[in-house]
Amino acid sequence: MSSSIAFQLNGSAAQVDDAGDEPLLFVLRNRLDLKATHFGCGLEQCGACVVSVDGQARYSCTLPMSALAGAEVTTPEALRDDPVGVALLEAFEAEQAGQCGYCISGILMRIHALFKTERRPGRAAILAALDKHLCRCGAHGSILRAVERAAARLGGEA
Amino acid sequence: MDNVLPKSLQDNPELGRWISLDAPGVVGIRSGKVELGQGILTALAQIAADELAVDPALVALAPCDTDRSPDEGITAGSQSVEVSGASIRMAAAQARAALLDAAAVRLGVDTAGLSCRGGSILLDGAPTGLDLWSLAPDVDWRQPVSGNVPVRSVGAYSAVGASHPRIDMAPKRGGAGFIHDLALPGLLHARVVRQPFRLARLAHVDDAWLQRRHPGITVLRKNDFLALAGPDEYGVHAAHAEADRFTTWEEVPGLWRPAETAGEKVIRLGAATPSVGTGGIDVRYSRAHVAHASIGPSCALARFDAGRLTVWSHSQGIFPLRAQIAGCLGLQPSAVRVIHAHGAGCYGHNGADDAALDAAIVALELPGRPVRIMWSREDELSRGPLGAAMSTGIEAGIDAAGRVASWRLSVLSEPHAQRPGFGGHVNLSSAEALDSTRLPGKVEDLPDAAGGGAARNAVAIYDFPDQQVTVRLDTRSRIRTSSLRSLGAHLNVFAIESAMDELADLAGADPLDFRLRHLKDERCRAVLQGAAEMSGWPGSQPAGEGRALGIAAARYKNKGAWLAAVAEVSVDEEVRLERLWLCVDVGLVINPQGALSQIEGGAIQAASWTLKEEVKVEDDRVPAFDWSAYPILKFSELPEIETRFIVDPTRPPLGAGEASQGPVAAAIGNAASRALGLRMRDLPLTRERLVEALMSA
Repeated sequence: MSSSIAFQLNGSAAQVDDAGDEPLLFVLRNRLDLKATHFGCGLEQCGACVVSVDGQARYSCTLPMSALAGAEVTTPEALRDDPVGVALLEAFEAEQAGQCGYCISGILMRIHALFKTERRPGRAAILAALDKHLCRCGAHGSILRAVERAAARLGGEA
Repeated sequence: MDNVLPKSLQDNPELGRWISLDAPGVVGIRSGKVELGQGILTALAQIAADELAVDPALVALAPCDTDRSPDEGITAGSQSVEVSGASIRMAAAQARAALLDAAAVRLGVDTAGLSCRGGSILLDGAPTGLDLWSLAPDVDWRQPVSGNVPVRSVGAYSAVGASHPRIDMAPKRGGAGFIHDLALPGLLHARVVRQPFRLARLAHVDDAWLQRRHPGITVLRKNDFLALAGPDEYGVHAAHAEADRFTTWEEVPGLWRPAETAGEKVIRLGAATPSVGTGGIDVRYSRAHVAHASIGPSCALARFDAGRLTVWSHSQGIFPLRAQIAGCLGLQPSAVRVIHAHGAGCYGHNGADDAALDAAIVALELPGRPVRIMWSREDELSRGPLGAAMSTGIEAGIDAAGRVASWRLSVLSEPHAQRPGFGGHVNLSSAEALDSTRLPGKVEDLPDAAGGGAARNAVAIYDFPDQQVTVRLDTRSRIRTSSLRSLGAHLNVFAIESAMDELADLAGADPLDFRLRHLKDERCRAVLQGAAEMSGWPGSQPAGEGRALGIAAARYKNKGAWLAAVAEVSVDEEVRLERLWLCVDVGLVINPQGALSQIEGGAIQAASWTLKEEVKVEDDRVPAFDWSAYPILKFSELPEIETRFIVDPTRPPLGAGEASQGPVAAAIGNAASRALGLRMRDLPLTRERLVEALMSA
C-alpha cells in the first residue's frame, strides 16, 4: 500500500511518501533533515517537540502524518523568516534565555503560536502556555523574561 | 606567583595540547572539560581571550576528543573554572610569551617593547605587520607549560568579568546543536531493551511475534543485553515501546549480592570535652531517591571501522569512558576514540555513559555502519543511575549560654560515586547485562580530596567546641545510585541548617543571630548578612500561621563557593515557594550572566527536588515511570528570585553550579517548618509528607 501526503512546510510545498501513522516528529528529523524539533518524551508531557500546525502549537511526537494532508506546518528552523519569530529569537538572545537549550525550540513554537492569537499576552496567559513545557536546568526565569520582552516589543508595535 | 601547577597541567604539560593557531584568525583552545549546558565553553573562551588580548569571538573551543584533547578527567564538582580555567590561563600566557619571543627574533628587537592586541604584534604600540598566526610556526608547541610565565593582572581583564553571550546557543535554539542531531551517512537507529531491575535475566524473546508485528527489525542479543536496530527510527522506536509484549525477564535467586564497603569513617574536630547541656535534639533528616530527569534522553553514536571504534557521547568524562568501553569489549584503549557532543542538560552521572556503551556494543556487531542509540523517556527517568537516598542524624546539645556544646552528625547514604572506572569497576548498565559478574564488589565514598560524596558538607562550617561526624555507606539496595549535582551536600546542608534552627528555638534565639554567634568564617558571615538584609529578615510573620521566612548558608564542599539563602514559603495544602533571596561569593566572576544562571538554575532545581521529587521504589526495584509520576517544578511555580554577588576580583574564581542546592533546600525547609509551627525533616516536602507531619504532631 503506497500513499503520499502533501502539506506546506515552512512556507513551501512538501510531500512525504508511505508515512502512515509515523509521527510528524520522526518525519521532520529523519526524512526532512529538520533537527531543531526534539524528542523529549513521546508522550505529550514535556513540550520539547512542539511545532506549529495551522497556527496552533501541537505535539509533533504523537501527531501522525496521516492527519496532516494539506496542513501548514512550521518548525523552529523557520522562525527567522517571520517578524514574530525574529522578535522571539532576539529576545531569547538578549536575555540569554535557557541553559542547555533542549527545551527552547518547543517553547519558541508555543509562544509563537500564542502571539498569533494574542498580540500582547499578560503574565497569566504566558505562564499557562509555558506550563505545558518542562525545563530541567532551572532557566525558567530567563525564559519568562525573554517571552515578556518579546511580548512588550510586539505589543508596542501594534 | 603561584608555582603550583593545576593537576590538568601536570597530567597534560604540552602547550600544543591546549592551544593551536593552525587556522588563521582563530585561536583554537582545547579543554578536557565539556559543555553540559552550564556555559563552561564561553567562560573558558573569555579566559583565553584575555591572556592573548583577542576578542572572545576569535576563540574557538574544539570538541573534547580522546585523540586530541587534554585528559582532565570528569567535568564535575564545580572544578572546571577553577582547574581548566587556571590551566588555560597559564597555557595562554606562556603561548603569548613564546609568540612575543619569536617576534623579537624576527624583528631583531628586545621583547620588552613588544605586545599583542587583537591578534597583531605591536612594537612600542605600533603595528609590526606580524600577527599571532604568522609567528605560530616559530614556536615549539611541544614545550611543557611551566606555570612560571606571569598571567595578566586582574586589572587588565576585559573579557573576564563581562557577560559575554553563550558561544554555543544559537544552533541549540533553532538548528542542529545536539548529539541527537548528528546525521552520519548510513545511520542505523537502535534501542536497548533495558533490564527491568538489576541483574534481571532475559528468559525469553518472542522473535516470531516481533517479526510478525515489526517486520525487518534486527534483533541483537548477547546474554541479558537486547537491542533492536534498523534504518527507520520510528520502526525501531515503535517496536521498543512494545518490549513488554515480546520479552520475559526473571529473577535469578542469589545472583544479587550487596557490594562490600569500608567501615564507618569518623571525623573529629575540636577536642573540647562536651559541656553539660541544658537542652538538645536527637533527630534524623532524610532524602528519597532523586532522578536526573534530563529533558533530552541519553543518546550516543558509534561506528566500528577497520578495527577502530569511534563513539560520540555527551559523557562528563570521555577518557574514563573510553577505558571502560575498551575493557568491556576486549579492545585496546588506543583502538577506541570517544568524541564529546553536546547533550541536553546534565546534572551528574546520568545515562550518558551507559548509552555510549550501548552504541558501542551494537556497532561492534554491525561493523562499518554508524549506530545511533537513544533512550526512551521512561528509561531516562528510571534506568540511569539515581541520586542516592540518604539520611543524616544529628544529636546536639546547647549550654546555658545558648551555644552549641556538643554536635554528633551521622550520615547513612547510598553510594554517590559509581562512575565508569571508579573503584576499579566498569559501572555501566549494559556491562552487567553482558556479564553479571561485573557487579561492583566493593564501593567506597569519594575521597575527601574530591570533596567526599556521602561526606560532602557533612562537617558544619560552625565553630563548635566539639564536632564529631561519622559517615557510612549503605550498599544493601540493588538500586544503582551515583553522582547527582552537589551529591551529599543537598541533604547534609539541609540537616545541619535545619538543626541550627531547631537549636536556635531551644536557645530562644533568632536563627540568624544563633548562626552568627557560632561563625568565624568572614565570607560566610557576609553572605548570611547579605541575604538577611535583602530579605528584610526576620520578616514580620508570626510563626505557625502559614507563611514564613527561612534562612540557611553553607560553603560548598567546605572549600568552594559560599551561599546564603532566605526563602519565603506559604503553606496551605502544600508548600509553595514564593520568594528566594540569594547572596553568593564565588570570588572572581568570569561571566556574571553565566554565574547567575548557574546559581539561580541550581536554586530552582534544588527547590524542585526539595518540594516535589521522589522516585518511588517497590520491593527494591524502580518501576518504569514517566513525567506523570515524577512532576518537577513548573513555570507557574517559579518563585521570585533576587541574587546578589559579593564580588572581589582579587580572589580566585570558584565554581557556581553546586553552591545553591544545600542552602536553598534548608531555607525552604526552615521556612516551611516555621510557617507550619512544626518541623519537617524528610524530603521531599510533598503534600503527603505534610499530612504525615501534621498527623504525627
